[in-house]
Amino acid sequence: MSKQPAIELKNITKRFGKVVANKNVNLTAYRGEILSILGENGSGKTTLMNMISGIYFPDEGQIFVDGKEAVIASPKDAFEYKIGMIHQHFKLVDVFTAAENIVLGIENGKYDLKRSTGEIRKISEQYGFDLAAEKKIYSMSVSEKQTVEIIKVLYRGADILILDEPTAVLTPQETEKLFSILRNMRDDGKCIIIITHKLHEVLSLSDRVSVLRKGEYVGTVNTAETSESELTEMMVGKKIELNIERSEPKNSTDRLYVNGVTCMDRQGATVLDNVSFTAKSGEILGIAGIAGSGQRELLESIAGLQHLSSGEIFYIDPKTDKKENLRDKTPVQIREMGVRLSFVPEDRLGMGLVGNMDIIDNMMLRSYSKGHSMFLQRKAPKDLAMKIIHDLEVVTPGATTPVRRLSGGNVQKVLVGREIAASPTVLMVAYPVRGLDINSSYMIYNLLNEQKEKGVAIIFVGEDLDVLVELCDRIMVIGSGKITGIVDARMTTKEEIGLLMTKSKADGKENDNG
Amino acid sequence: MADTKKVKAHREPLVHIVKRDDMPSWKAWLIRIGTIVVSIFLMGCLSMMLTERSLIDTFEIMYRGVFGRIETGSTVMLWKYLQEIAILLCLALALTPAFKMKFWNCGAEGQALMGGLAAMVCMIELGKTLSYPVLLVVVIVASVVTGAVWGLIPAVFKALFNTNETLFTLMMNYIATQIIAYYVYIVGGGSNVIQPVAEGNLPVIGNNRYLVNIITVALITVLMYVYLKYSKHGYEISVVGESQNTARYIGINVKKVIIRTMVISGAVCGIAGMLLVAGTDHSINTDTVGGQGFTAIMVSWLGQFNPFIMVLMTGVICFLRMGAAKVADTCMLNASFADIVVGIVILCVVGCEFFIRYSVKFRHGKKEVKA
Repeated sequence: MSKQPAIELKNITKRFGKVVANKNVNLTAYRGEILSILGENGSGKTTLMNMISGIYFPDEGQIFVDGKEAVIASPKDAFEYKIGMIHQHFKLVDVFTAAENIVLGIENGKYDLKRSTGEIRKISEQYGFDLAAEKKIYSMSVSEKQTVEIIKVLYRGADILILDEPTAVLTPQETEKLFSILRNMRDDGKCIIIITHKLHEVLSLSDRVSVLRKGEYVGTVNTAETSESELTEMMVGKKIELNIERSEPKNSTDRLYVNGVTCMDRQGATVLDNVSFTAKSGEILGIAGIAGSGQRELLESIAGLQHLSSGEIFYIDPKTDKKENLRDKTPVQIREMGVRLSFVPEDRLGMGLVGNMDIIDNMMLRSYSKGHSMFLQRKAPKDLAMKIIHDLEVVTPGATTPVRRLSGGNVQKVLVGREIAASPTVLMVAYPVRGLDINSSYMIYNLLNEQKEKGVAIIFVGEDLDVLVELCDRIMVIGSGKITGIVDARMTTKEEIGLLMTKSKADGKENDNG
Repeated sequence: MADTKKVKAHREPLVHIVKRDDMPSWKAWLIRIGTIVVSIFLMGCLSMMLTERSLIDTFEIMYRGVFGRIETGSTVMLWKYLQEIAILLCLALALTPAFKMKFWNCGAEGQALMGGLAAMVCMIELGKTLSYPVLLVVVIVASVVTGAVWGLIPAVFKALFNTNETLFTLMMNYIATQIIAYYVYIVGGGSNVIQPVAEGNLPVIGNNRYLVNIITVALITVLMYVYLKYSKHGYEISVVGESQNTARYIGINVKKVIIRTMVISGAVCGIAGMLLVAGTDHSINTDTVGGQGFTAIMVSWLGQFNPFIMVLMTGVICFLRMGAAKVADTCMLNASFADIVVGIVILCVVGCEFFIRYSVKFRHGKKEVKA
């Protein structure tokens, strides 16, 4: 492997107001290697890469491309230096075909879609992509869209590729495929930089790893010479236990019985298709699936926020064993029936909490309507706020700070704390650790385990399959609104779940262009 | 190195704007008060240019316009000033719950006019038949209900069909104005003037025709503050305003809150109209509210939906308006002078919010990266 530096960063600093996103970062990436940029959320990985791809301009420091100093002030400049970035959120025109999207925006030369399609095919064959150039974007799966984004960048001649969290939306099988393509590109002499916070991917894919922590550069290690625990220590700054406890469910009884639930979205498309399952007390039921497969609608149906076209949702009262149908009940009616259902939604500040209100007023969301008085009682919510701040170690200037000023982890602690404080019998959590640092994530897992010990039926919608397999008792897989399987988490593998995730699509329309 | 040169041309600009949310509130208020002082000074300069009077002279005239005595009568201008504050404040208070809910009610003008019209109709049609106490109750109830209905209509459409409330309430103003014009035409018999009506007026307290209005609005101010801050309804309004998703999530009936809040908003507007018609004017025309329904939008915003800050804002605005009117009168300027003055001040105050929320940074002495 010829060690020729493709890109070098020297003392790069970037500030946003008072926040220092990157501080004196030094980094080198070579041709013919895959470099991982590892760091927790908010450690400045994306900001750093955005400076290489011309979206931000560094406040201080220099960037060298091929040993020469480069001034990259716009994405266009970046392309002149043959740098291409694949963003987390795709930037494609839905009604255009893959080929049209790839050619879009290239100014010089004539518009010759036939010739371009030929070139696209050549690139696909060279690296092993599967791409139907004539297919419209809106009919593509997430992984196909990502392929279009990558080819778009290659088509423009990029030989330094930056991928921002490319696997976040992929199944294990798709991830493996992407990795083999990236390895092909590396062998072709390209420089690949991938941003990630998943350790096992770093270890299986990259040649070297550079770690950032709170905007600062911690160091670079060769992947072959490192381990998960060393990388975690570099990321977090201290040693940390990475095991999730899992106890056997005790006295498990049926608590929630969902039968044949079907529901439509506003456009009339089916988002949940005949979903049936049972959630048991003292057990964590994981829900896995590609983002947007109906997870949100399922939880909202149970919480009384979705209108069902058909099906029933029965709650089995732990004291009386009486079955109550929750269908077509509003959240208030469900509460009045004595069903203690807590729900931590995916959108924390847009649904679970009010960002501009302080912690006390956010505590009050659940309890304000109690009692007949016209006026609010702020005493109890205040006590609860103080208790949660203390028990869950919420970092905040005080109970009267608007929650939007808190960091992601602390926002989630406030929300989970409030939902648990209602001593639920059913607890639903959607992506509870998204965007959280490792310490906060583990605190949330522990809280869920505590609730499990208390006999709460927990429904956990997650995206990290490693976590689901380690934490849950059973895992239900959902694909395009259908249940494609319920597996025992102690016996299953990530690969099995991954296959189930795409199962319903495979029998409908072709997915893998196989 | 032509290439680098080209790129350098669009490097970081000289000035850039940075968002901030760390300004202590005393500093923010210092900026706001400073802005008002500066804008009043600007206004003084403007009138100096127009009238060739000295700055001190101008301010002296303004002061007399608000706190001086009317030479012929015994009424002190101060009461007139308080009356102006009361009406503007009442309208701003009416808008505040709707605004807190992010329902942009631009129809205070029409809602107040309809409230006033209801009072007028009762005074004319029932004045001769009902005894005073009954009539008074009927006048008050009629105006409150009519104002509320005028607020209810756009709210129902918003809740059921998600229509744009800004346009809807704005259009309702024109309908109200035309109804008033038509009524005046019928009753006034073509003269377009309704002679003051003696029946069904609000009681006069202590020989002062403005006092009852002032007391009523003072009461509404306190009630509105308590309603917004300490009642469950007020809390629901805030939640719906901040995030309808959160409201649904915790089981607030969003449609109900929208409708209920707009009924309150319209009802308080109706009271403002009633105060004008039954309290002071004893008559009505299309200009009775005089555009204050729109000024009230600014007051509510500038007061950041806090009734007590709104009292201060109306104080400043009414002072300028009356003072400038006096200047215009004394110096033979056009009556629009008052509008211009109020416009300048509001523009400055709105503008200063920019400097409270953002800071402007100049690029200075940054080390150039040599290629």
